Amino acid sequence: MADTFIPIASRPSPVKVTGVAPWMRHNLFANWRSSLTTLFVIGLVLYVLPGFANWAVFNAVVRADADACQAARGVGACWGVVTEKYRLILFGRYPFEQHWRPLLATSIMVGGLVLSCVRYFWKPWLVTMWVGVLAVFFTLMGGGIFGLEPVRTDLWGGLPLTIMLATLSIFLAFPIAILVALGRRSHLPAIRSVCIVYIELIRGVPLISVLFMASFMFPLFMPQGMTIDVLVRVVVGITLFAAAYMAEIIRGGLQALPKGQLEAADTLGLSYWQTQRKIVLPQALAMTVPTMMGNFISIFKDTSLVFIVSLYELVGAMSLALNSDVNWRPFKIEAYLFITLVYFIFCISMSRYSLWVEKQLSASKAR
Amino acid sequence: MSEESIIKFDQVNKWYGNDFHVLRDINLDVAKGERIVVCGPSGSGKSTLIRCINRLEEHQQGRLTVDGVEITDDVKAIDKVRKNVGMVFQQFNLFPHLTVLENLTLSPMWVGKMAKKEAEERAMQQLERVRIAEQAAKFPLQLSGGQQQRVAIARALCLTPKIMLFDEPTSALDPEMVKEVLDVMLELANQGITMICVTHEMGFAKAVADRVIFMDQGQIVEENTPEAFFNNPQNERSKDFLSKILGH
Amino acid sequence: MKHQPPPQKRAWSLNSRATRGVIFQVLTLALVVAGIWFLWHNMQENMRIRGIESGWNFLGSTAGFDIGETMVEYDPSESYGKAIWVGVLNTLKVAVVGIVLTTLLGVLIGVGRFSRNALVRGLCYGYVELFRNVPILLQLLMWYLIFIEVLPPSNEAWNMAGLFFLSKGGLSFPFPTDGVGQVLAGAAIGLVGAWFWRDRKQKHFELTGQNSNRIWGPAALILIFAVVGWAVAGMPTTWDVPKQLVFMVDGGVAATPEFMAVLVGLVIYTAAFIAEVVRSGIQSVSAGQVEAALALGLNQKQNMKLVVLPQALRVIIPPMTNQYLNLTKNSSLAVAVGYPDVVSIANTTINQSGRAVECIAIIMLVYLATSLSTSAFMNWYNQRMAIKER
Repeated sequence: MADTFIPIASRPSPVKVTGVAPWMRHNLFANWRSSLTTLFVIGLVLYVLPGFANWAVFNAVVRADADACQAARGVGACWGVVTEKYRLILFGRYPFEQHWRPLLATSIMVGGLVLSCVRYFWKPWLVTMWVGVLAVFFTLMGGGIFGLEPVRTDLWGGLPLTIMLATLSIFLAFPIAILVALGRRSHLPAIRSVCIVYIELIRGVPLISVLFMASFMFPLFMPQGMTIDVLVRVVVGITLFAAAYMAEIIRGGLQALPKGQLEAADTLGLSYWQTQRKIVLPQALAMTVPTMMGNFISIFKDTSLVFIVSLYELVGAMSLALNSDVNWRPFKIEAYLFITLVYFIFCISMSRYSLWVEKQLSASKAR
Repeated sequence: MSEESIIKFDQVNKWYGNDFHVLRDINLDVAKGERIVVCGPSGSGKSTLIRCINRLEEHQQGRLTVDGVEITDDVKAIDKVRKNVGMVFQQFNLFPHLTVLENLTLSPMWVGKMAKKEAEERAMQQLERVRIAEQAAKFPLQLSGGQQQRVAIARALCLTPKIMLFDEPTSALDPEMVKEVLDVMLELANQGITMICVTHEMGFAKAVADRVIFMDQGQIVEENTPEAFFNNPQNERSKDFLSKILGH
Repeated sequence: MKHQPPPQKRAWSLNSRATRGVIFQVLTLALVVAGIWFLWHNMQENMRIRGIESGWNFLGSTAGFDIGETMVEYDPSESYGKAIWVGVLNTLKVAVVGIVLTTLLGVLIGVGRFSRNALVRGLCYGYVELFRNVPILLQLLMWYLIFIEVLPPSNEAWNMAGLFFLSKGGLSFPFPTDGVGQVLAGAAIGLVGAWFWRDRKQKHFELTGQNSNRIWGPAALILIFAVVGWAVAGMPTTWDVPKQLVFMVDGGVAATPEFMAVLVGLVIYTAAFIAEVVRSGIQSVSAGQVEAALALGLNQKQNMKLVVLPQALRVIIPPMTNQYLNLTKNSSLAVAVGYPDVVSIANTTINQSGRAVECIAIIMLVYLATSLSTSAFMNWYNQRMAIKER
């Protein structure tokens, strides 16, 4: 039963599936319930948006004019509070004329961070570079040498403080986390117990209690006469906190590594530490990158808590700037929105970067 | 030709998106009790073809009739058809949170409105048919691939379907398990059920098929009896395909 | 051949792994113990020098400060211990209500990510991205500020139907004066009855294959028993209804702006995370499962109930429990808006009594107890529900 075969050419679909109209029909008006929802949402937006746009944009006062702002209260947003106070918000109690120093220091640190994100720069000298960046940062901020006027650490504040706390804590917590993660998976019961107690203790309590502990109890733990800088206490607190969470994430990566890898390393005669350094950690850490990035974002957001132990990062600096100035105090909402924007931009950049890294890593795994 | 076709494709066309013409002018009649093997290179539309039969895929043009019911968007018609068509997937798709027995009694109880005892009896019968009755209390992920696929076949048979569709049932199996599944399918084939099987297992096709259909680029290029097709392919593309899979 | 025991291992070679392990552990433990002893000794010294007392007896002394809102009777003449207990209750209050509300909101948004309507999908996506990327402290402060700024003063509160009043003083709503206990007890009995009803229905289904609705009957049963409870209480009809007075709103039950700010902030923040957990749980069920269910003739509802949800829930519940824990821990930030939770009260206690170490220990103990019990529950749940594999 062999007829002559006539190949059939490809034809386009008679019913258009892609394109604006079909997309709208499928995604917005697929059935009556969906259509109703679409109309409802559009109605809601049309109801709310003009009012909000008027308040935020059209009637808003941008000049740093307190009287104009008062006159516009309830009708327009007072972005003038940002124009007027942005330096106090961004840099906290740092001496006003020396603001170029935290600006420069933060730019260098952010530059270092951006550089570390690019795959091209993942070379061994990156660590040395980081030591250099941190040294420059602390010199610029603290001063006392090279003719720079010394600035006490409790005057540091605002965005530089936030970025420094987050970066330094993550940097210091990483090696601790690796050790604790390895320790928790150790076959030696004493080591394992110590690590488990540490992890469960820290993960079971809120950061605020760890900060309280660091702030109140750290000085008591030091030998008599030794004073601990408030910044150091906070960094220690956040580092210990972050290390416990990072240790759990790394442990997840270690668990996901096939046992065959360890066995192969054993047969090649590698010692425990060699195996960890060359075989286990590179693979395990690569697997944990997305979760780890999420953790970094959390730590960045958590730095806002130091406000409660009297270090004036963004939120604290803003409260300070506005509470002391009667003219501008009523416009806290606009200032809060400004800080929200700053945090939002940082966090969403980090999460977009994290998605990009995930894609890169899975592309390298796909055949 | 088609006084008793149980499945009838009449100028069936399907597109993915606007431009990917995945099924082109398919005309096919399947008689009751007939056993058909569909083969062809990947991307030729063979899986799509059989998935249209129980509406897991929708066709945009043409008429498709299964057991007298025309397949359209009508949900009731689709439900009727699905009760008479059993499907076995390449990835088994057993429900991992239910035991083997529960996997089999799920549909008879909830769709067929059977009492539990009756459903379990029927399930045990099917499990014995595929020779795996002793695993009834186990969970799917505790079984080997070959065992899981046999359970999947038993699960489809619990509906007492008139038509069985197989979508590359042995492609995901380790070589030593392929035989056990093919043996079960062979037994099934000799019991009078209408079968349409997408597979690369040419030995199976030779042993069982009444008709072999070769598809390429969305259309049926050649259909013939197995002997005619394998020994004397009429078409360039068929010859090319056969040389690739039978060559080594 | 006579059975011989295995040869004795040669003990105590310095190179053997076992010996090295023991030595390593002994060294580490020694280090840890020494470290702890060092810190402890310093602490004792410093406290002695600074005249800080230690000990738990301060818990019995008079607190001397008032607490803004309490769930039990309290006045400043009560002890620190009582004050801290009030704090614990306040934390539990906001945590329990918060967990219920955030689950509802989070599940709605998580499921909304799969809606057929693109606007709904986009709104849910936008919600998650917005509220996940702003610190919780900032969100709490903003909500508090909004409540304080936007709400009207107490002498001209917004009211709805003359029953609900919203102002800077808080949200006042009517509450029955008595009979609540009896109604709840009745509902509880009805719940037990409902459970038995559903059990009977399941057996009937297995026996005959006929499935009937299992929601309305049991729900009606609960309602009937609740009404019986109300009747037993003497059919009370009086409600404590709030009224607008000249300076304030009086009567009813009030939720303070502080409580509302903490609740709303926590619920909205955590819901964004729960939505993500729900979304990834639903996505984890492979499309093949749904296809197999459809091919077997199951309809959408049965597919959801029998195939998708059981598998999705196994993936969702552990991280969801984690989010509940996070909500409880984040409630510690209430100290920033003045809601008297346990951290806030402990903070005041530290300032007054100077017993920093003890109070911090109490705070950590409270949260540890919650975390560890939740972890234990989760481990038990995971073991029971785990999908059995080879």
